[in-house]
Amino acid sequence: MSDINELAQSLKDIENQLTDCMKCGMCQAVCPVFKETGNEGDVARGKIFLLERLSDLMLTDAKGVKTRLDKCLMCGTCASNCPSGVKILEIFIKARAALTEYIGLSPVKKLIFRGMLKHPERMNALIEAASKLQGLGTSQADPELGTQCSKLLSRFIGDRHFLPLSKNPLHKTTPSLDSPVGKSGIKVAFFPGCVTDKMNPEIGLATLKVLKHHGVGVFMPKGQACCGIPALASGDRKTFDSLLDQNTALFAEMDFDYLITPCATCTATIKEIWPMMARNNSKSRSRADEWAPKTMDISQFLVDVLHVEPSGQNAGQQALSVTYHDPCHLQKSLGVSSQPRQIIRANPGCEFVEMNAAGTCCGNGGSFNLQNYDLSRSIGMKKRENILSTGASIVATSCPACMMQIRDVLSQNHDNVKVKHVIEIYADSLE
Amino acid sequence: MISKSIIKEFETICGKDGVMTSEVDRQNYSYDAAVLDPVVPAAVVRPGTGGEIGKIVALCNDNSIPVTVRGAGTNLSGGTIPMGNGIVLLTNRMNRIIELNDVDMYVRVEPGVVTATLAAQVASRGLFYPPDPGSQAVSTIAGNVAENAGGLRGLKYGVTKDYVMSIEFYDAMGRRVTSGSKTVKCVTGYNLAGLMTSSEGTLGIFSEITLKLIPPPQASKAMMAIYDSVEDATQTVAAIIADKIVPCTLELMDNFTINAVEDFSKAGLPRDAKALLLIEVDGHPVQVAEDGAKVEAICRKLGARHVQVAQNDAEKAKVWEARRAALSALARLKPTLVLEDATVPRSKIPAMVSAIEGLSRKYNLPIGTFGHAGDGNLHPTILTDRRDNDQWHRTERCVSDLFDAALALGGTLSGEHGIGIAKSGFLKNEVGQSSIDFSRAMKAAIDPNTILNPGKIIGC
Ligand SMILES: Cc1cc2nc3c(=O)[nH]c(=O)nc-3n(C[C@H](O)[C@H](O)[C@H](O)COP(=O)(O)OP(=O)(O)OC[C@H]3O[C@@H](n4cnc5c(N)ncnc54)[C@H](O)[C@@H]3O)c2cc1C
Ligand code: SF4
Ligand code: SF4
Repeated sequence: MSDINELAQSLKDIENQLTDCMKCGMCQAVCPVFKETGNEGDVARGKIFLLERLSDLMLTDAKGVKTRLDKCLMCGTCASNCPSGVKILEIFIKARAALTEYIGLSPVKKLIFRGMLKHPERMNALIEAASKLQGLGTSQADPELGTQCSKLLSRFIGDRHFLPLSKNPLHKTTPSLDSPVGKSGIKVAFFPGCVTDKMNPEIGLATLKVLKHHGVGVFMPKGQACCGIPALASGDRKTFDSLLDQNTALFAEMDFDYLITPCATCTATIKEIWPMMARNNSKSRSRADEWAPKTMDISQFLVDVLHVEPSGQNAGQQALSVTYHDPCHLQKSLGVSSQPRQIIRANPGCEFVEMNAAGTCCGNGGSFNLQNYDLSRSIGMKKRENILSTGASIVATSCPACMMQIRDVLSQNHDNVKVKHVIEIYADSLE
Repeated sequence: MISKSIIKEFETICGKDGVMTSEVDRQNYSYDAAVLDPVVPAAVVRPGTGGEIGKIVALCNDNSIPVTVRGAGTNLSGGTIPMGNGIVLLTNRMNRIIELNDVDMYVRVEPGVVTATLAAQVASRGLFYPPDPGSQAVSTIAGNVAENAGGLRGLKYGVTKDYVMSIEFYDAMGRRVTSGSKTVKCVTGYNLAGLMTSSEGTLGIFSEITLKLIPPPQASKAMMAIYDSVEDATQTVAAIIADKIVPCTLELMDNFTINAVEDFSKAGLPRDAKALLLIEVDGHPVQVAEDGAKVEAICRKLGARHVQVAQNDAEKAKVWEARRAALSALARLKPTLVLEDATVPRSKIPAMVSAIEGLSRKYNLPIGTFGHAGDGNLHPTILTDRRDNDQWHRTERCVSDLFDAALALGGTLSGEHGIGIAKSGFLKNEVGQSSIDFSRAMKAAIDPNTILNPGKIIGC
């Protein structure tokens, strides 16, 4: 597509959602990006206005609109505070797809999404190779946090501090699983998600340990693909469709009671974006619709379904103090915030401390972090201040992507605070 | 269009990143919260100091470039819709609280400070800045002053103008002018700070504002009274005031709004009630207890079928949650929401409410009415769809009739949202031609090249 009239036409699909915005500007109060820049184009009201103008052909600079749309964490804070209930994330996702269709995908993204992401085996092989090579040109950034920084890669990733790719990704140590239903009488399908699989397999292992402990049968099909959100957020619908088809075919092989992930973003994507974006009348669509109500974050599953409760014990002086960051995709997208806190309290050796603004975005925002690193970092630094002022020795959260960001901002400053997934904390308390 | 050389001069004044000229950036400053057609400015500038404001305005005056100053762009009357050949001057880089003086109880701020940020900062020092427009989480102090914004606490604590002690502004020639003082009393010269209040950016551009602060009330009590008739509810309002009790907040919600809120938040409101009064009294604990009991008794005596007094903070929060949800609940019902603020003397509220109901029937448009019953400032909220020509035409006629109804009852076109361009055509009906002529003569003398937010309030 290259005709602006066609672009305008495809935006008409979301016209009703666009007109729901009454331009009250209340989203300015909560948008983390607007807080940094004060630019109307960076907040939901401005982005929605630009889309309206584009769909009315009152504006022709589609590329300019796309850059404003991309400067967004997709955190949904605006949507959860919008008095008019505008479906902001749906608008953004659909508009990104329409604009990408019109402008085309950048060659780098094309390579990453269509050359790699779309083909899980190819991606795994490539990442394995990379994990062997990664020692080259990287140096240890913070021994405490285990992060590295890379001179060779700095052209692409700046001076970020990141965890090395795992030499033992989950898909290698546990390629697939079909464990029997135990005392809980429940069978779950397990979707670890890319970051857990490739960078933090310990989160996946902790989840499996916990599920086993509670007598939950696990079905984990081999060859799982990415949930699709990175591609979709970049407007690459084709890759998203293909990933969705691969995943839904895999998970359809067996019946399960719940679909569990330890990743806030994957949970929200499977629960909300899959049904929203799957092609009408496709097999994937009916499966996505069927699974959405069964899809849960691991903490929510443990608390709401298995009724795991706080330990009630007082660890006294020995207690490790743990604070918690609410991932946007759990708290704002799905309203899950008390359950992860309960899970931390379920470890008798931990004392939970609330941080200020726990629900404020950490600033990662997926590819936002790559495209707007300085902004991302300054948003992250506010999170860091709130973490540090709790005095906690561990900051826990429920999303491996947030963990990446938080690790980066803490490591940059050599702060002595460990970053963990909630499920690791709970797993540590189980024999 | 503005020439490249002038853009360069703006850049010299505000820095390169303080000037926006791309199509998308300019588009984003073409609208505000009013339901009006956007107008795309030729450039957007973001000064960081008063000195920069002065230079920008002088440059614009020399070149006859219209300047529309913008805070958060949340006004509901089109006050920040610029001219196509003009610039938008953004104040949000100037958002410092310059001085918070708890001994003399005032605060000096830059124009772009967000109202709620200021109120929180003031509260953290044990003081109180009462004006609380519904948009306070984003609105700016200069925007509040330039619109003379009100809020829920207007009845007892007054509106923004009651807190303005002094204003420093730049005139149309870019000269710095100060007026008012940090003292409680001040009679030196014309009350220019008063003139600047509700001037909507047409007379000068504020660079610093000094606001009065007061000690906060020590206690408060909230309650909800449920009525089977609007008349009874409004009689109650009059009776409370007649009994010399001034609640800090006295809000009304009509049946349509009650049902919208109930659909939206399932707060447990009585769907069959014709009206709700939401009342809060505050002050010294002893007085609060006494006033609270008196108000409760008045409500019952004048026909409230039920009075729910909040027993703790959680219950109090619930009372106000219902009121705060009103706009959100109505906004979800139709694509376009026209929020009006025609205001009548308190005693005329029953007549106004029935006039509104009549208009809703006449034009076949749903209207939810809620608002500040205590000061006669209702918010009839018309639910419509701007894309539908017929509906929109009916809406415009309905709004016009609504103004007539308010004026016929001795009221005013706008209690707090301002005139802007949305109501400038109706101004004459209220204030008469001589008032407009006087204002125009004054404007022409102050701003001979008509560069300060042209077209607003008094038309062109
Ligand atoms: C959801 C919602 C609720 C609202 N609730 C209320 C309410 O309860 N009470 C109420 O009164 N209003 C209310 N409003 C209207 C609006 O928020 C107020 O008018 C507010 O004062 C506008 O502030 P702003 O910073 O957005 O100003 P803007 O909209 O940016 O500007 C308003 C006017 O002020 C002028 N101006 C701005 N800065 C300066 C300056 N530095 N010097 C000179 N002129 C300047 C502008 O030119 C314009 O004419 C509400 C609006 C919304 C969307
Ligand atoms: S808060 Fe919602 S309705 Fe208001 S401007 Fe933002 S997106 Fe639009
Ligand atoms: S999703 Fe987050 S970053 Fe994007 S506009 Fe909304 S609040 Fe801002």
